[in-house]
Amino acid sequence: METFLHQVFAGLATGGIYASVALALVMIHQATHLLNFAQGEMAMFSTYIAWALINAGVPYWGAFFLTLAFAFVLGAAIQHFVMKNIRAQSVLPLVIVFIGLLVIFNSVAGWIFTYTIKVFPSPFPKEPLFGQKYVSSHELGAIGVTLVVLTMLWAFFRFTSLGLAMRAAAQNPTSSRLVGIKVGWMLVLGWGLAAVVGAVAGMMVAPIVYLDPNMMAGILLYAFAAALIGGIDSPGGAVVGGFLVGVLENVLGAYVVGNELKLAVALVLIVGVLLVKPSGLFGSVQVTRV
Amino acid sequence: MKLLEVSNLHAGYGLTRVLHGVSFEMAEGSITTLLGANGAGKTTTLRALCAMVKADGEVRFAGERIDAKATEDIVRLGIAHVPEGRGTFVHLTTEENLRLGAYVRSDRAAVERDFERVYGYFPRLKERRGQQAGTLSGGEQQMLAVSRALMLHPRLLLLDEPSFGLAPLIVAELFDILRTINQRERVGILLVEQNAAMALDLADHAYLIETGRMVLSGSAHDVKSNDAVRASYLGY
Amino acid sequence: MSSLPGPRALTPALSQAERGNAQWIWLAVLIVAACALPFVLSNYRTFQLTLVLVYAIALLGLNILTGYNGQISLGHGAFYAIGAYVAAILMDRFGVPYWATVPVAGALCLVAGFLFGLPALRLEGHYLALATFALGITMPQLLKNKHVEQWTGGVQGIVIVKPDAPFGWKLSPDQWLYFFTLAVTVVMFFVGWNLLRGRVGRALVAIRDHPTAAAAMGIDTALYKSLAFGVSAMYTGIAGALGAIAVQFVAPDSFGVGLSIGLLTGIVIGGLASIPGAIYGALFIQFIPNIADHISKAAPWAIYGIFLIGFMFLMPMGINGAIRMAWARWQHRNTTQGGTR
Repeated sequence: METFLHQVFAGLATGGIYASVALALVMIHQATHLLNFAQGEMAMFSTYIAWALINAGVPYWGAFFLTLAFAFVLGAAIQHFVMKNIRAQSVLPLVIVFIGLLVIFNSVAGWIFTYTIKVFPSPFPKEPLFGQKYVSSHELGAIGVTLVVLTMLWAFFRFTSLGLAMRAAAQNPTSSRLVGIKVGWMLVLGWGLAAVVGAVAGMMVAPIVYLDPNMMAGILLYAFAAALIGGIDSPGGAVVGGFLVGVLENVLGAYVVGNELKLAVALVLIVGVLLVKPSGLFGSVQVTRV
Repeated sequence: MKLLEVSNLHAGYGLTRVLHGVSFEMAEGSITTLLGANGAGKTTTLRALCAMVKADGEVRFAGERIDAKATEDIVRLGIAHVPEGRGTFVHLTTEENLRLGAYVRSDRAAVERDFERVYGYFPRLKERRGQQAGTLSGGEQQMLAVSRALMLHPRLLLLDEPSFGLAPLIVAELFDILRTINQRERVGILLVEQNAAMALDLADHAYLIETGRMVLSGSAHDVKSNDAVRASYLGY
Repeated sequence: MSSLPGPRALTPALSQAERGNAQWIWLAVLIVAACALPFVLSNYRTFQLTLVLVYAIALLGLNILTGYNGQISLGHGAFYAIGAYVAAILMDRFGVPYWATVPVAGALCLVAGFLFGLPALRLEGHYLALATFALGITMPQLLKNKHVEQWTGGVQGIVIVKPDAPFGWKLSPDQWLYFFTLAVTVVMFFVGWNLLRGRVGRALVAIRDHPTAAAAMGIDTALYKSLAFGVSAMYTGIAGALGAIAVQFVAPDSFGVGLSIGLLTGIVIGGLASIPGAIYGALFIQFIPNIADHISKAAPWAIYGIFLIGFMFLMPMGINGAIRMAWARWQHRNTTQGGTR
């Protein structure tokens, strides 16, 4: 029973990270109808920047927020300089560019920081809360940070004028222009925010899995699974999906398929959802006109 | 000074030219209607005014040239466009749709007053303010589209076939409100309509477009009472 | 970016018949040159060229699916892996001769690809890319799995022996393998060329460009798409088998998502929907890492990434497209300067 509860809590912790990355994926999909295959590598690269700052002596939370600023600029720049300029009739050129970005971030990280695994610090105490054995302080902290970030994002979109404008621009760019929204800038903003969310996820997961350039590949897969399960157009669904996938991964990994096949769980989830219920739990069915 | 002056407007989609040198003008506070059959170029004209399609020619709004500006900037000058199909933000609530109409405005108090004004014209929207806009009926969505445009507090209102798909009673109601808005607030209205009869009842001036060219212009009264014109161009 | 050459350029400097003959002559020269290479190059270089041929087959396979038929696969390394492991297991566990493993790998991958193509019918564009991406990332884990370890050799993989030249011919194993692979390559390319220039090729392209119209014209899109998957997998599986024999080794970690991305890079750089593109791409993915490795372990991938994005902006038709445009422009200059014709 003890181990089961521990698996559940650990699953919730990683689930929070999947939820964050899944949310970033959903945000970009809502605005552009594209799947950002490079989301994980962008987050990993931002985490390395944080590591470099901390190594240079910057205190943790200072490095944390500086990294968020860096991630925002990075995401915004990719949209403004790369994505905006691709006129593509089909999806293939876009997918190719995403893979190109993925590969560039991965290799540049490896180049600058080498492939040796690095330790990434956690801002939370080493001793578990109340000395219990089910969840570490970092895991609790990660869940907490995830929830705070998600709540702030939700509030931003729900209650601010800019957030409303971004939602509008994502749903209906033409009508948005007709009310004076600069749709191009909304996309830039969206990419920046998505990158920030990804960076938070990276910094929360790095203390658990250790920092190396290939850290986020598996996580990206789980995040995609989570986004699909929740509904690729539903931010709330992405969050629910994330926690669900996290717990599923841990529980199935511990009791059913074994730890080595955990990624296969993601594969099955992705293919399964796409075939059986592509709109996910909370998404709407997309009708394409001929 | 004229509210709107359009000279020699050419526009099209890709290689297809739709407008071939259209010219017309509107006086401050007037209601002008643009009539014509399907595919004549009426919608394209409105889109060209808002830079939603590629266009050549001169367009002046209150004396200022706007033909080189982007849609978002034209809106900021006070031109509100209610597009064909209404362009409702279907996943947002009624109130959010209206709030977006006032997106470019910074005078919060005046915006809140405009909310009340608009709810005054269309009480049904107030009832449904928290409802998802996509669930409103056709007539309600049309009212929402016009209201959203009014939230800009525009000087010029462009309406693209507001009567489309609506029951005649609702269209009459809507046109009454348009008349009121025009008289009370001196908002210029450029109305594109296939329903020539109702449009001519509302408008001061009328223009007729046929295959991308202006073929007729005159006061609405003259056009309405000219039997020959009515028979050959307007089909009634 | 330059515009397409005008109608004048389509009038060739040579007549149609002359051009057809010229193509065959070029091809013959190419094959003769290819046969001569092992005798002037070292064994190691010959081995590298063998791998170029192997990749060329794999790239042609991927091109059939993604370039011609528009189904994006980010996991084609999986089929390469299946072909490689089939060859290795047959040779090592069952003593099957190397040359027999190649058609078996092909047949198995044909079936596997077709079966994978069936659910793939329901996935479009980037969702198919995502599903294949997931497959590509997961493949090493699947290969390392305990339950198949006795066949796959687990993490350590399987070691196999390079065959000697038959009939006591005086060729080193590397040279013999090169010729064997060259023969298979010529056959596969010939089959592919025939397939793609005829009805099948046109159907595949029609499905890629406008699936609804293709269906309306009576093309059985489901059948063609699944077959495209199957044939594409077969090519890549055959390449995998040949590759395994050449490298003499299969291990799970060589077949990760990097391989799939490498294959995608190959067809983008070589030229989507082109046959020569498979060869240009193969040369690129075989030799660039070798050169770039000296700079840094990460450099080859950085180059891949930059080229992927760069080509999409500057040379979307790949090297093959650039060559054809240059050729057409050269022809144009010939005709316009030639005065009366």
